[in-house]
Amino acid sequence: MSTATQLLPAAPCLRIPDGEPPFLEGQCCGACGSLYLTSRMACSRCGKRDDFHAQRLASEGTLYSYAIVHRSFPGVETPFISAIVDLADGAVLKGNLRGIPADPNQIRLGMAVKVVIDDALGRRDKEGNAYLAYFFEPLEESAA
Amino acid sequence: MSDDVYIIGVDMLKFGRFPDRTVPQLGAQAALMALDDAGLEIHAMEALYCGNLYQANAMVGQRILQEIGQTGIPVVNCANACATGATAFREAWMAVKAGACDLALAVGVEQMGKGLLGGGGAGTGIPKEGLFGGSTMPTVFAEAGMEHAHRYGTTFEQFAKVSVKNHHHSTLNPKAAYQMETPLEMVMNAEMISYPNTKLMCSVNVDGAAAAVLASGKKVRELGLGKRAVKVRASALTSDPWQARDLVMPDVNSCTRLAAEKAFNMAGIGAEDLDLVELHDCFATAELLHYENLGLCADGEAGRLIDEGETALGGRIPVNVSGGLLSKGHPLGATGIANIYEVSTHLRGEAGRRQVIDARLGLTHVIGLGSACAIHILEKSDL
Repeated sequence: MSTATQLLPAAPCLRIPDGEPPFLEGQCCGACGSLYLTSRMACSRCGKRDDFHAQRLASEGTLYSYAIVHRSFPGVETPFISAIVDLADGAVLKGNLRGIPADPNQIRLGMAVKVVIDDALGRRDKEGNAYLAYFFEPLEESAA
Repeated sequence: MSDDVYIIGVDMLKFGRFPDRTVPQLGAQAALMALDDAGLEIHAMEALYCGNLYQANAMVGQRILQEIGQTGIPVVNCANACATGATAFREAWMAVKAGACDLALAVGVEQMGKGLLGGGGAGTGIPKEGLFGGSTMPTVFAEAGMEHAHRYGTTFEQFAKVSVKNHHHSTLNPKAAYQMETPLEMVMNAEMISYPNTKLMCSVNVDGAAAAVLASGKKVRELGLGKRAVKVRASALTSDPWQARDLVMPDVNSCTRLAAEKAFNMAGIGAEDLDLVELHDCFATAELLHYENLGLCADGEAGRLIDEGETALGGRIPVNVSGGLLSKGHPLGATGIANIYEVSTHLRGEAGRRQVIDARLGLTHVIGLGSACAIHILEKSDL
Protein backbone atom coordinates (compact mmCIF):
# COMPACT_ATOMS: atom_id res chain seq x y z
CA MET A 1 0.00 0.00 0.00
CA SER A 2 2.90 2.35 0.56
CA THR A 3 3.32 2.86 -3.18
CA ALA A 4 -0.32 3.78 -3.81
CA THR A 5 -0.96 7.47 -4.46
CA GLN A 6 -3.60 9.35 -2.50
CA LEU A 7 -6.18 12.03 -3.27
CA LEU A 8 -5.18 14.94 -1.06
CA PRO A 9 -6.68 18.37 -0.28
CA ALA A 10 -4.83 21.27 -1.94
CA ALA A 11 -6.15 23.67 0.71
CA PRO A 12 -6.28 23.17 4.49
CA CYS A 13 -10.02 23.93 4.63
CA LEU A 14 -10.89 21.12 2.20
CA ARG A 15 -12.15 17.93 3.84
CA ILE A 16 -12.23 14.60 2.02
CA PRO A 17 -14.18 12.12 4.16
CA ASP A 18 -14.20 8.42 3.31
CA GLY A 19 -17.13 7.50 1.13
CA GLU A 20 -18.72 10.94 1.22
CA PRO A 21 -18.49 14.02 -0.99
CA PRO A 22 -15.68 16.44 -0.12
CA PHE A 23 -16.59 19.77 1.49
CA LEU A 24 -15.06 22.96 2.90
CA GLU A 25 -14.71 23.48 6.60
CA GLY A 26 -13.75 26.61 8.52
CA GLN A 27 -12.91 27.28 12.13
CA CYS A 28 -15.38 29.46 13.98
CA CYS A 29 -14.55 31.47 17.08
CA GLY A 30 -16.92 30.52 19.89
CA ALA A 31 -16.69 33.98 21.42
CA CYS A 32 -17.26 36.35 18.49
CA GLY A 33 -18.24 34.08 15.60
CA SER A 34 -15.41 35.08 13.27
CA LEU A 35 -14.58 32.46 10.67
CA TYR A 36 -11.11 31.28 9.68
CA LEU A 37 -9.93 28.92 6.96
CA THR A 38 -7.13 27.48 9.11
CA SER A 39 -6.80 26.88 12.82
CA ARG A 40 -5.29 29.65 14.95
CA MET A 41 -4.02 29.81 18.52
CA ALA A 42 -6.47 32.57 19.33
CA CYS A 43 -9.07 34.57 17.46
CA SER A 44 -7.30 37.35 15.58
CA ARG A 45 -10.37 39.51 15.99
CA CYS A 46 -11.25 39.19 19.69
CA GLY A 47 -8.23 37.37 21.12
CA LYS A 48 -10.23 34.50 22.69
CA ARG A 49 -7.99 31.44 23.04
CA ASP A 50 -8.72 27.78 22.33
CA ASP A 51 -12.39 28.26 21.58
CA PHE A 52 -12.86 27.23 17.97
CA HIS A 53 -15.31 24.79 16.52
CA ALA A 54 -15.36 23.36 13.00
CA GLN A 55 -18.07 24.74 10.76
CA ARG A 56 -19.03 23.47 7.33
CA LEU A 57 -18.80 26.41 4.91
CA ALA A 58 -21.56 27.58 2.61
CA SER A 59 -21.40 26.32 -0.95
CA GLU A 60 -22.73 29.50 -2.55
CA GLY A 61 -21.80 33.15 -2.42
CA THR A 62 -21.28 36.33 -4.42
CA LEU A 63 -18.33 37.71 -6.38
CA TYR A 64 -16.78 40.47 -4.28
CA SER A 65 -13.70 41.28 -6.37
CA TYR A 66 -11.52 39.77 -9.06
CA ALA A 67 -8.52 40.19 -11.32
CA ILE A 68 -7.94 38.69 -14.74
CA VAL A 69 -4.42 37.34 -14.64
CA HIS A 70 -2.69 37.49 -18.03
CA ARG A 71 0.88 37.22 -16.86
CA SER A 72 1.89 34.93 -14.03
CA PHE A 73 4.89 32.91 -13.00
CA PRO A 74 6.56 30.66 -15.56
CA GLY A 75 4.55 27.51 -16.29
CA VAL A 76 1.24 28.87 -15.01
CA GLU A 77 -1.44 28.80 -17.68
CA THR A 78 -3.12 32.16 -18.36
CA PRO A 79 -5.48 33.89 -18.58
CA PHE A 80 -7.45 32.94 -15.50
CA ILE A 81 -9.84 34.82 -13.26
CA SER A 82 -8.62 35.25 -9.71
CA ALA A 83 -11.78 35.77 -7.67
CA ILE A 84 -12.64 36.85 -4.14
CA VAL A 85 -15.97 35.39 -3.08
CA ASP A 86 -18.10 36.24 -0.06
CA LEU A 87 -19.76 33.02 1.02
CA ALA A 88 -23.32 33.15 2.29
CA ASP A 89 -22.17 32.34 5.85
CA GLY A 90 -19.67 35.20 6.13
CA ALA A 91 -16.52 33.30 5.16
CA VAL A 92 -14.38 34.67 2.33
CA LEU A 93 -12.57 32.51 -0.21
CA LYS A 94 -10.15 33.19 -3.03
CA GLY A 95 -9.96 30.95 -6.05
CA ASN A 96 -10.33 30.61 -9.80
CA LEU A 97 -13.64 31.64 -11.31
CA ARG A 98 -14.36 29.35 -14.26
CA GLY A 99 -17.21 28.69 -16.63
CA ILE A 100 -17.23 32.31 -17.80
CA PRO A 101 -14.98 34.09 -20.32
CA ALA A 102 -11.98 35.97 -18.89
CA ASP A 103 -13.48 39.22 -20.07
CA PRO A 104 -14.38 42.16 -17.81
CA ASN A 105 -17.47 42.83 -19.91
CA GLN A 106 -18.86 39.42 -19.02
CA ILE A 107 -17.92 39.29 -15.34
CA ARG A 108 -20.36 41.08 -13.06
CA LEU A 109 -19.26 42.14 -9.58
CA GLY A 110 -21.81 40.85 -7.09
CA MET A 111 -22.85 37.94 -9.30
CA ALA A 112 -23.97 34.74 -7.59
CA VAL A 113 -21.47 31.89 -7.72
CA LYS A 114 -21.25 28.36 -6.37
CA VAL A 115 -18.29 26.49 -4.96
CA VAL A 116 -17.23 23.45 -7.01
CA ILE A 117 -14.73 20.91 -5.71
CA ASP A 118 -12.73 19.31 -8.49
CA ASP A 119 -9.33 17.95 -9.49
CA ALA A 120 -6.50 20.47 -8.92
CA LEU A 121 -5.84 21.10 -12.63
CA GLY A 122 -3.96 17.82 -12.92
CA ARG A 123 -1.16 19.02 -10.67
CA ARG A 124 0.74 16.27 -8.86
CA ASP A 125 3.28 16.43 -6.06
CA LYS A 126 6.69 14.75 -6.12
CA GLU A 127 5.19 11.47 -4.89
CA GLY A 128 2.63 11.52 -7.70
CA ASN A 129 -0.34 12.24 -5.46
CA ALA A 130 -3.40 13.86 -7.03
CA TYR A 131 -5.14 16.78 -5.31
CA LEU A 132 -8.59 18.24 -4.98
CA ALA A 133 -9.15 22.01 -5.09
CA TYR A 134 -12.13 24.35 -5.02
CA PHE A 135 -13.30 26.59 -7.84
CA PHE A 136 -16.13 29.03 -8.41
CA GLU A 137 -18.69 28.87 -11.20
CA PRO A 138 -21.51 31.27 -12.06
CA LEU A 139 -24.71 30.11 -10.38
CA GLU A 140 -27.16 31.26 -13.07
CA GLU A 141 -25.49 29.34 -15.88
CA SER A 142 -25.32 26.12 -13.90
CA ALA A 143 -29.04 26.32 -13.23
CA ALA A 144 -29.87 26.73 -16.91
CA MET B 1 7.81 67.90 26.49
CA SER B 2 10.39 66.32 24.23
CA ASP B 3 12.26 68.31 21.63
CA ASP B 4 11.11 68.42 18.01
CA VAL B 5 12.94 66.33 15.44
CA TYR B 6 14.16 67.73 12.13
CA ILE B 7 15.59 66.45 8.88
CA ILE B 8 18.78 68.38 8.16
CA GLY B 9 20.17 66.32 5.32
CA VAL B 10 18.35 64.16 2.80
CA ASP B 11 19.07 62.85 -0.66
CA MET B 12 18.58 59.90 -3.01
CA LEU B 13 20.30 58.30 -5.94
CA LYS B 14 18.60 58.59 -9.29
CA PHE B 15 16.83 55.23 -9.34
CA GLY B 16 17.92 52.74 -12.02
CA ARG B 17 19.87 49.55 -12.55
CA PHE B 18 23.26 49.24 -10.88
CA PRO B 19 24.38 45.67 -11.56
CA ASP B 20 28.03 46.52 -10.88
CA ARG B 21 27.38 47.95 -7.42
CA THR B 22 26.66 46.19 -4.13
CA VAL B 23 23.80 46.98 -1.79
CA PRO B 24 26.17 48.46 0.84
CA GLN B 25 27.84 50.59 -1.84
CA LEU B 26 24.51 52.02 -2.98
CA GLY B 27 23.48 52.67 0.63
CA ALA B 28 26.84 54.26 1.42
CA GLN B 29 26.57 56.56 -1.58
CA ALA B 30 23.14 57.79 -0.47
CA ALA B 31 24.42 58.17 3.10
CA LEU B 32 27.29 60.37 1.92
CA MET B 33 24.93 62.46 -0.19
CA ALA B 34 22.64 63.04 2.81
CA LEU B 35 25.62 63.86 5.03
CA ASP B 36 26.89 66.32 2.40
CA ASP B 37 23.44 67.87 2.24
CA ALA B 38 23.69 68.49 6.00
CA GLY B 39 27.36 69.51 5.78
CA LEU B 40 28.29 66.84 8.33
CA GLU B 41 30.63 63.83 8.47
CA ILE B 42 29.79 60.29 9.49
CA HIS B 43 31.75 60.83 12.72
CA ALA B 44 29.05 63.21 13.91
CA MET B 45 26.32 60.52 13.65
CA GLU B 46 25.31 58.82 16.88
CA ALA B 47 23.23 55.98 15.44
CA LEU B 48 22.42 54.36 12.08
CA TYR B 49 19.10 52.76 11.13
CA CYS B 50 19.34 50.83 7.90
CA GLY B 51 16.37 49.55 5.91
CA ASN B 52 16.85 46.75 3.39
CA LEU B 53 14.58 43.86 2.55
CA TYR B 54 16.26 41.31 0.32
CA GLN B 55 19.52 41.15 2.30
CA ALA B 56 17.85 41.49 5.68
CA ASN B 57 20.21 38.95 7.23
CA ALA B 58 23.39 40.48 5.81
CA MET B 59 24.20 43.36 8.19
CA VAL B 60 23.88 45.95 5.44
CA GLY B 61 24.10 48.89 7.88
CA GLN B 62 27.44 47.77 9.27
CA ARG B 63 28.73 47.16 5.75
CA ILE B 64 27.69 50.71 4.83
CA LEU B 65 29.85 51.96 7.71
CA GLN B 66 32.73 49.81 6.43
CA GLU B 67 32.47 51.88 3.24
CA ILE B 68 32.24 55.31 4.85
CA GLY B 69 33.49 55.16 8.46
CA GLN B 70 33.36 52.59 11.25
CA THR B 71 32.70 54.76 14.26
CA GLY B 72 31.32 52.14 16.64
CA ILE B 73 27.83 53.63 16.80
CA PRO B 74 24.75 51.46 17.30
CA VAL B 75 23.43 50.07 14.01
CA VAL B 76 19.99 48.56 13.58
CA ASN B 77 19.06 46.72 10.40
CA CYS B 78 15.36 46.49 9.74
CA ALA B 79 13.00 44.90 7.25
CA ASN B 80 9.28 45.66 6.97
CA ALA B 81 8.34 44.81 3.37
CA CYS B 82 7.74 47.96 1.30
CA ALA B 83 7.56 50.03 4.50
CA THR B 84 11.19 49.13 5.25
CA GLY B 85 12.78 52.51 4.50
CA ALA B 86 10.10 54.46 6.35
CA THR B 87 10.48 52.10 9.31
CA ALA B 88 14.23 52.79 9.45
CA PHE B 89 13.50 56.52 9.28
CA ARG B 90 10.93 56.19 12.07
CA GLU B 91 13.39 54.30 14.29
CA ALA B 92 15.89 57.13 13.82
CA TRP B 93 13.14 59.63 14.62
CA MET B 94 12.27 57.71 17.80
CA ALA B 95 15.90 57.66 18.93
CA VAL B 96 16.16 61.43 18.58
CA LYS B 97 12.66 62.05 19.95
CA ALA B 98 13.48 59.95 23.01
CA GLY B 99 16.59 62.02 23.63
CA ALA B 100 18.86 58.98 23.21
CA CYS B 101 20.88 60.93 20.63
CA ASP B 102 20.91 64.29 18.84
CA LEU B 103 21.98 63.12 15.39
CA ALA B 104 20.92 59.92 13.65
CA LEU B 105 21.30 58.60 10.13
CA ALA B 106 18.61 56.60 8.31
CA VAL B 107 19.38 54.75 5.08
CA GLY B 108 17.06 52.79 2.81
CA VAL B 109 18.55 50.70 0.02
CA GLU B 110 17.56 47.91 -2.35
CA GLN B 111 18.74 45.99 -5.36
CA MET B 112 15.83 44.35 -7.16
CA GLY B 113 15.57 41.26 -9.27
CA LYS B 114 13.48 41.26 -12.40
CA GLY B 115 9.96 40.06 -12.98
CA LEU B 116 6.84 39.64 -10.89
CA LEU B 117 6.88 40.01 -7.14
CA GLY B 118 4.75 37.95 -4.82
CA GLY B 119 3.51 34.40 -4.79
CA GLY B 120 5.83 31.61 -3.82
CA GLY B 121 3.56 30.15 -1.20
CA ALA B 122 3.88 26.82 0.53
CA GLY B 123 6.90 24.68 -0.21
CA THR B 124 4.97 21.44 0.15
CA GLY B 125 2.39 19.74 -2.03
CA ILE B 126 1.63 21.34 -5.36
CA PRO B 127 2.08 24.90 -6.69
CA LYS B 128 -0.93 27.06 -5.79
CA GLU B 129 -0.51 29.95 -8.27
CA GLY B 130 -3.31 29.83 -10.82
CA LEU B 131 -5.08 27.14 -8.79
CA PHE B 132 -6.56 29.29 -6.03
CA GLY B 133 -6.47 32.53 -7.99
CA GLY B 134 -3.32 34.59 -8.32
CA SER B 135 -0.87 35.83 -5.72
CA THR B 136 1.37 38.10 -7.78
CA MET B 137 1.48 41.70 -6.62
CA PRO B 138 -0.23 43.03 -9.80
CA THR B 139 -3.05 40.57 -9.09
CA VAL B 140 -3.39 41.39 -5.40
CA PHE B 141 -3.62 45.10 -6.22
CA ALA B 142 -5.94 44.49 -9.17
CA GLU B 143 -8.29 42.80 -6.71
CA ALA B 144 -7.93 45.70 -4.29
CA GLY B 145 -8.85 48.05 -7.14
CA MET B 146 -11.83 45.97 -8.25
CA GLU B 147 -13.11 46.02 -4.67
CA HIS B 148 -13.28 49.81 -5.09
CA ALA B 149 -14.94 49.33 -8.49
CA HIS B 150 -17.52 47.09 -6.84
CA ARG B 151 -18.36 49.70 -4.21
CA TYR B 152 -18.19 52.86 -6.28
CA GLY B 153 -18.14 51.96 -9.96
CA THR B 154 -14.54 53.05 -10.47
CA THR B 155 -13.41 52.34 -14.04
CA PHE B 156 -10.36 50.89 -15.77
CA GLU B 157 -9.89 54.29 -17.42
CA GLN B 158 -9.85 56.10 -14.06
CA PHE B 159 -7.21 53.71 -12.73
CA ALA B 160 -5.19 54.21 -15.93
CA LYS B 161 -5.30 58.00 -15.51
CA VAL B 162 -3.19 57.63 -12.36
CA SER B 163 -0.40 56.24 -14.50
CA VAL B 164 -0.74 59.03 -17.07
CA LYS B 165 -0.42 61.62 -14.29
CA ASN B 166 2.51 60.06 -12.46
CA HIS B 167 4.48 59.35 -15.60
CA HIS B 168 3.91 62.97 -16.61
CA HIS B 169 5.17 64.16 -13.23
CA SER B 170 8.32 62.08 -13.62
CA THR B 171 9.29 64.03 -16.74
CA LEU B 172 9.96 66.91 -14.33
CA ASN B 173 12.06 64.81 -11.94
CA PRO B 174 15.67 64.13 -12.98
CA LYS B 175 15.96 61.47 -10.25
CA ALA B 176 13.11 59.35 -11.61
CA ALA B 177 14.11 56.08 -13.26
CA TYR B 178 11.84 56.86 -16.22
CA GLN B 179 10.99 60.27 -17.66
CA MET B 180 8.47 59.43 -20.29
CA GLU B 181 4.99 60.69 -21.16
CA THR B 182 2.44 57.89 -21.36
CA PRO B 183 -0.87 59.05 -22.90
CA LEU B 184 -4.06 57.33 -21.77
CA GLU B 185 -4.34 55.09 -24.86
CA MET B 186 -0.76 53.96 -24.36
CA VAL B 187 -1.41 53.05 -20.72
CA MET B 188 -4.67 51.25 -21.46
CA ASN B 189 -3.27 49.41 -24.49
CA ALA B 190 -0.05 48.31 -22.82
CA GLU B 191 0.36 44.60 -22.09
CA MET B 192 -2.32 43.49 -19.64
CA ILE B 193 -0.64 41.97 -16.60
CA SER B 194 -3.59 41.53 -14.23
CA TYR B 195 -6.77 43.33 -15.22
CA PRO B 196 -7.18 46.20 -14.60
CA ASN B 197 -3.41 46.72 -14.18
CA THR B 198 -1.49 46.96 -17.46
CA LYS B 199 2.28 46.92 -17.53
CA LEU B 200 2.39 50.74 -17.40
CA MET B 201 0.22 50.64 -14.29
CA CYS B 202 2.79 48.57 -12.36
CA SER B 203 5.66 50.18 -10.46
CA VAL B 204 9.10 49.66 -11.93
CA ASN B 205 11.58 47.26 -10.37
CA VAL B 206 14.78 49.27 -10.09
CA ASP B 207 17.69 49.61 -7.70
CA GLY B 208 18.08 52.63 -5.49
CA ALA B 209 19.03 54.17 -2.19
CA ALA B 210 18.01 57.20 -0.15
CA ALA B 211 19.18 58.57 3.18
CA ALA B 212 18.29 61.19 5.77
CA VAL B 213 20.09 62.85 8.66
CA LEU B 214 17.79 63.55 11.61
CA ALA B 215 18.58 66.02 14.37
CA SER B 216 17.09 67.31 17.59
CA GLY B 217 15.88 70.93 17.56
CA LYS B 218 18.65 71.77 20.01
CA LYS B 219 21.28 70.38 17.61
CA VAL B 220 19.75 72.15 14.59
CA ARG B 221 20.05 75.48 16.38
CA GLU B 222 23.56 74.68 17.57
CA LEU B 223 24.66 73.87 14.02
CA GLY B 224 22.82 76.85 12.54
CA LEU B 225 21.01 74.60 10.05
CA GLY B 226 17.49 75.89 10.73
CA LYS B 227 16.86 77.46 7.34
CA ARG B 228 16.74 74.25 5.32
CA ALA B 229 15.65 72.00 8.17
CA VAL B 230 12.38 70.10 7.73
CA LYS B 231 10.31 69.44 10.83
CA VAL B 232 8.90 65.97 11.42
CA ARG B 233 5.42 66.79 12.66
CA ALA B 234 4.23 63.20 12.90
CA SER B 235 5.39 59.62 12.52
CA ALA B 236 2.93 56.73 12.58
CA LEU B 237 3.39 53.03 11.99
CA THR B 238 0.58 50.49 12.01
CA SER B 239 -0.05 46.85 11.23
CA ASP B 240 -3.27 45.61 9.68
CA PRO B 241 -6.15 45.47 12.15
CA TRP B 242 -8.55 42.52 11.80
CA GLN B 243 -10.85 42.58 8.78
CA ALA B 244 -13.19 39.78 7.69
CA ARG B 245 -11.69 39.57 4.20
CA ASP B 246 -8.05 39.52 5.20
CA LEU B 247 -8.27 35.73 5.18
CA VAL B 248 -7.71 36.08 1.44
CA MET B 249 -7.09 39.78 0.70
CA PRO B 250 -4.01 41.54 2.06
CA ASP B 251 -5.46 44.71 3.54
CA VAL B 252 -3.89 48.01 2.53
CA ASN B 253 -6.84 50.15 3.52
CA SER B 254 -7.51 49.80 7.23
CA CYS B 255 -3.84 50.07 8.23
CA THR B 256 -3.56 53.25 6.14
CA ARG B 257 -6.67 54.74 7.70
CA LEU B 258 -5.40 53.91 11.16
CA ALA B 259 -1.95 55.39 10.47
CA ALA B 260 -3.48 58.52 8.92
CA GLU B 261 -5.67 59.05 11.98
CA LYS B 262 -2.68 58.67 14.31
CA ALA B 263 -0.48 60.95 12.20
CA PHE B 264 -3.07 63.71 11.83
CA ASN B 265 -3.75 63.59 15.58
CA MET B 266 -0.06 63.80 16.37
CA ALA B 267 0.46 66.73 14.00
CA GLY B 268 -2.74 68.43 15.09
CA ILE B 269 -3.74 69.01 11.46
CA GLY B 270 -6.17 67.54 8.95
CA ALA B 271 -5.83 66.29 5.40
CA GLU B 272 -7.16 69.65 4.18
CA ASP B 273 -4.03 71.34 5.53
CA LEU B 274 -1.66 69.35 3.31
CA ASP B 275 0.05 70.92 0.30
CA LEU B 276 1.37 67.70 -1.25
CA VAL B 277 1.34 63.94 -0.75
CA GLU B 278 3.70 61.16 -1.79
CA LEU B 279 1.72 57.95 -1.43
CA HIS B 280 2.30 54.28 -2.17
CA ASP B 281 1.30 53.91 -5.84
CA CYS B 282 2.87 50.47 -6.23
CA PHE B 283 0.09 49.92 -8.78
CA ALA B 284 -2.17 52.48 -10.38
CA THR B 285 -5.18 50.88 -8.68
CA ALA B 286 -3.66 51.51 -5.24
CA GLU B 287 -3.36 55.27 -5.62
CA LEU B 288 -7.10 55.83 -5.88
CA LEU B 289 -7.76 53.77 -2.73
CA HIS B 290 -5.34 55.88 -0.76
CA TYR B 291 -6.96 59.21 -1.77
CA GLU B 292 -9.84 58.07 0.40
CA ASN B 293 -7.78 56.25 3.01
CA LEU B 294 -5.73 59.41 3.62
CA GLY B 295 -8.80 61.63 3.66
CA LEU B 296 -7.87 63.61 0.53
CA CYS B 297 -11.51 63.16 -0.49
CA ALA B 298 -14.63 61.48 0.84
CA ASP B 299 -15.18 57.75 0.31
CA GLY B 300 -16.28 57.06 -3.23
CA GLU B 301 -14.83 60.27 -4.68
CA ALA B 302 -11.38 59.06 -5.74
CA GLY B 303 -12.47 58.54 -9.33
CA ARG B 304 -13.74 62.10 -9.53
CA LEU B 305 -10.49 63.39 -8.00
CA ILE B 306 -8.36 61.85 -10.75
CA ASP B 307 -10.89 62.81 -13.47
CA GLU B 308 -10.81 66.45 -12.43
CA GLY B 309 -7.04 66.67 -12.11
CA GLU B 310 -7.12 67.63 -8.45
CA THR B 311 -4.14 65.43 -7.65
CA ALA B 312 -1.98 66.59 -10.58
CA LEU B 313 0.76 69.17 -10.15
CA GLY B 314 -1.08 72.51 -10.04
CA GLY B 315 -4.25 70.83 -8.72
CA ARG B 316 -5.83 71.17 -5.28
CA ILE B 317 -3.69 68.47 -3.64
CA PRO B 318 -0.82 67.23 -5.85
CA VAL B 319 -0.05 63.54 -5.34
CA ASN B 320 3.19 61.84 -6.35
CA VAL B 321 4.76 64.81 -8.14
CA SER B 322 8.01 62.79 -8.02
CA GLY B 323 6.54 60.39 -10.56
CA GLY B 324 5.68 57.98 -7.78
CA LEU B 325 6.61 54.35 -7.61
CA LEU B 326 5.05 53.96 -11.05
CA SER B 327 7.70 56.03 -12.80
CA LYS B 328 10.34 57.17 -10.30
CA GLY B 329 10.73 53.51 -9.41
CA HIS B 330 10.22 51.24 -6.41
CA PRO B 331 13.41 49.81 -4.87
CA LEU B 332 11.52 48.43 -1.87
CA GLY B 333 13.81 49.42 1.01
CA ALA B 334 14.66 52.82 -0.47
CA THR B 335 11.13 53.91 -1.32
CA GLY B 336 10.13 55.04 2.18
CA ILE B 337 13.04 57.46 2.45
CA ALA B 338 12.93 58.56 -1.20
CA ASN B 339 9.43 59.91 -0.69
CA ILE B 340 10.62 61.76 2.42
CA TYR B 341 13.36 63.26 0.21
CA GLU B 342 10.71 64.34 -2.30
CA VAL B 343 8.44 66.07 0.19
CA SER B 344 11.41 67.66 2.00
CA THR B 345 12.68 69.05 -1.30
CA HIS B 346 9.36 70.79 -1.90
CA LEU B 347 9.20 72.15 1.65
CA ARG B 348 12.67 73.58 1.09
CA GLY B 349 11.50 75.18 -2.15
CA GLU B 350 14.18 73.32 -4.10
CA ALA B 351 12.09 71.07 -6.36
CA GLY B 352 12.75 73.01 -9.56
CA ARG B 353 10.23 72.56 -12.36
CA ARG B 354 7.97 70.28 -10.32
CA GLN B 355 7.91 72.56 -7.26
CA VAL B 356 4.57 72.69 -5.47
CA ILE B 357 4.29 76.43 -4.92
CA ASP B 358 4.49 77.62 -1.30
CA ALA B 359 4.45 74.07 0.04
CA ARG B 360 4.39 74.13 3.84
CA LEU B 361 3.01 70.74 4.89
CA GLY B 362 3.45 67.38 3.16
CA LEU B 363 2.66 63.75 3.88
CA THR B 364 4.51 60.56 2.96
CA HIS B 365 2.88 57.14 2.95
CA VAL B 366 4.13 53.64 2.31
CA ILE B 367 2.56 50.21 2.62
CA GLY B 368 4.38 46.98 3.20
CA LEU B 369 2.10 44.13 2.24
CA GLY B 370 1.41 41.80 5.07
CA SER B 371 0.81 44.57 6.26
CA ALA B 372 2.67 47.60 7.57
CA CYS B 373 1.79 51.23 6.98
CA ALA B 374 4.09 54.16 7.74
CA ILE B 375 3.05 57.78 7.46
CA HIS B 376 5.14 60.87 8.11
CA ILE B 377 3.93 64.45 8.12
CA LEU B 378 6.64 66.99 7.37
CA GLU B 379 6.63 70.75 7.72
CA LYS B 380 8.68 73.61 6.33
CA SER B 381 11.27 74.88 8.79
CA ASP B 382 10.07 77.06 11.64
CA LEU B 383 13.60 77.81 12.85
